[in-house]
Amino acid sequence: MTFELCVEQLLNGFQFGFMLFLMSAGLTLIFGVMGLINLAHGSFYMIGAFSAAAVSAALGSFWFSLLASLIFASIAGVIVEIVIIRRLYDRDHLDQVLATFALILLFSESVRWIFGAYPLYLDVPDILSGSLQIIGGIYYSKYRLFIILVGLLLAIFLFFLIGKTNLGVQIRAGQHDREMISALGVDISKLYTFLFGLGAALAGLAGALVGTIQSVEVGMGEPVLILAFVVIVIGGIGSIKGAFMASLIVGCVDTMGRFLVPWILMSLTDPSTAMSIGSAIASMLIYVLMAIVLIVKPTGFFGKGLT
Amino acid sequence: MFKLIKSVIVLIALVTTSAFADGHKLKVGMITTLSGGGSGLGIDVRDGFMLAIRNNDNIEVIIEDDQRKPDIAVQLADKMIQSEKVDVLTGIIWSNLAMAVVPAAVNQGKFYLSPNAGPSALAGKGCHKNYFNVAWQNDNLHEAAGGHANSSGFKNTFILAPNYPAGKDALTGFKRYFKGELAGEIYTKLGQKDYSVEIAQIRASNADSVFFFLPGGMGIGFMKQYAQSGIDTPVVGPAFSFDQGILKAVGTAALGVKNTSQWSKDLDNNANKIFVTEFKKEFGRLPSLYASQGYDTGNLLISAMKKSSVKDADAFRQAIRAANFESTRGSFKFSSNHHPIQDIYVREVVKEGEVLTNKIVSIGLKDHSNAYVDQCSM
Repeated sequence: MTFELCVEQLLNGFQFGFMLFLMSAGLTLIFGVMGLINLAHGSFYMIGAFSAAAVSAALGSFWFSLLASLIFASIAGVIVEIVIIRRLYDRDHLDQVLATFALILLFSESVRWIFGAYPLYLDVPDILSGSLQIIGGIYYSKYRLFIILVGLLLAIFLFFLIGKTNLGVQIRAGQHDREMISALGVDISKLYTFLFGLGAALAGLAGALVGTIQSVEVGMGEPVLILAFVVIVIGGIGSIKGAFMASLIVGCVDTMGRFLVPWILMSLTDPSTAMSIGSAIASMLIYVLMAIVLIVKPTGFFGKGLT
Repeated sequence: MFKLIKSVIVLIALVTTSAFADGHKLKVGMITTLSGGGSGLGIDVRDGFMLAIRNNDNIEVIIEDDQRKPDIAVQLADKMIQSEKVDVLTGIIWSNLAMAVVPAAVNQGKFYLSPNAGPSALAGKGCHKNYFNVAWQNDNLHEAAGGHANSSGFKNTFILAPNYPAGKDALTGFKRYFKGELAGEIYTKLGQKDYSVEIAQIRASNADSVFFFLPGGMGIGFMKQYAQSGIDTPVVGPAFSFDQGILKAVGTAALGVKNTSQWSKDLDNNANKIFVTEFKKEFGRLPSLYASQGYDTGNLLISAMKKSSVKDADAFRQAIRAANFESTRGSFKFSSNHHPIQDIYVREVVKEGEVLTNKIVSIGLKDHSNAYVDQCSM
């Protein structure tokens, strides 16, 4: 156990955390502002990744593929909002869950139909490949640093958008009292469409960023969606600040747990038992964390509770 | 040369069709992984198997996708046994799925021919007279990799594999032959896509080599991220970590890597030459070891059908055990616990024209059986 290892794992935790943030920012806004449980958010992640893969195959450019992921995911988001989601705001959560679950199946099967069941693999652009010496013996993958940077910039953008702009005021107001702000002359349905598209675009970008170093396949969004729900529950529903903090905490707890728990157990028992028990415990850690947060603060860090 | 091979194939096709004019009918249920990160393996096994039996009208095959989920595999097996009434089951790629399906299937009197998964539990105490593994016992390729790590002079190896039966067999097999120290030992999650945590530990471990067993999409993810990390510690592994599907996605980062396999496309025997040529012609890609395993399974089945009807279970079992078919691996016979006794080769990743592929450099283990023969009382 060295200092360098800890720093590198912490960076891994941040990278994972920022990716979760891109996913959960949209989810928490949609949940908080519109009161909608959107299970199909993982599908936008997948759509982003697949559109990046398609554009990258056609044009060979990583940057265009990132742009494509934003554009296509937001278009998909806007269409879904206008055609389907709009009818669900006044329904109860069970209807929303059923309808958005149906969307998952619809999107997964259509993507399977267009792209096939075999995973696609993207290449990291030359400028971001390899690793960077940060200080001393600490090296870190340039691409993962790039993900951290993109996550950080988008977090700043979202804080600015929500906190400092007119639009942000409307969003925050909508969170508190939907009817009042429409009575004040704000076109609430346009605001909802915009928010939904924004959330989808962020999820799509996360999919493209992660798909580039992992793989692009049908159903890739759902495991991330589960984690994103954990994040927004811990952070407090509707709060960007909460989602930001909870993402980083979940990312770091999961990453550090995956190597620290087996390492601690190894002093108690032989390596292979320690590894198998350790990885089992490590994969439960974030859910344990969620349970603790829910016991201590049922509304999450910055949540106001659902009414 | 091509003309000659072609005419040989036509001849074989003619001979086999005529031999089956009054042959025995048989129904095969194939449960394999055709979607998600493990689909490359299942698709290759299916294509290899179908290539072997394509001219055989007496075999009816039902193919279903298990999505690498044990519960779905169990449902499919129940459906195939109860409503489809298949005689032989095959196709499962992943050992955790095999453990969920095989014992129940063979206890209901069905034959199971494994084209891939060979968990130690089914080779030792859990062996069964109706279970045959046509590929290998899980430990085999890793044992050869352990031996190869010794002869390469590696003294301090970092080992990792997914946390499921085949992953445990892999590390057990490697450790059985490897004489050096372990710089670290990690079990990852099956289907894991991000290996940043493990790669950081490899970097910090000061290992002189890395042994990893990560089949399918897991191997692609690991190798791509390993190459990105800037670590230059050499890697060794079983063929599963460097099969044709992985090499295509990983690219030149894998060039020169040594891996161990019971099969290679350049194995010099007649059955293999026909297989490689025909596979390329039919599917437009190079075959992998999984495809060769599917192909051998198909041919083993045909050889047994020539001798006996599947309705006469004892005679049919005897016919399978005889393994009287031309394997793509050259000589092929079963050990007493129904797993292959075969040579395991050391291969190297090379570039042939524009394509990355494997080439045999030496024999790792000759006439290699498995460590569980004595535990099986059959």
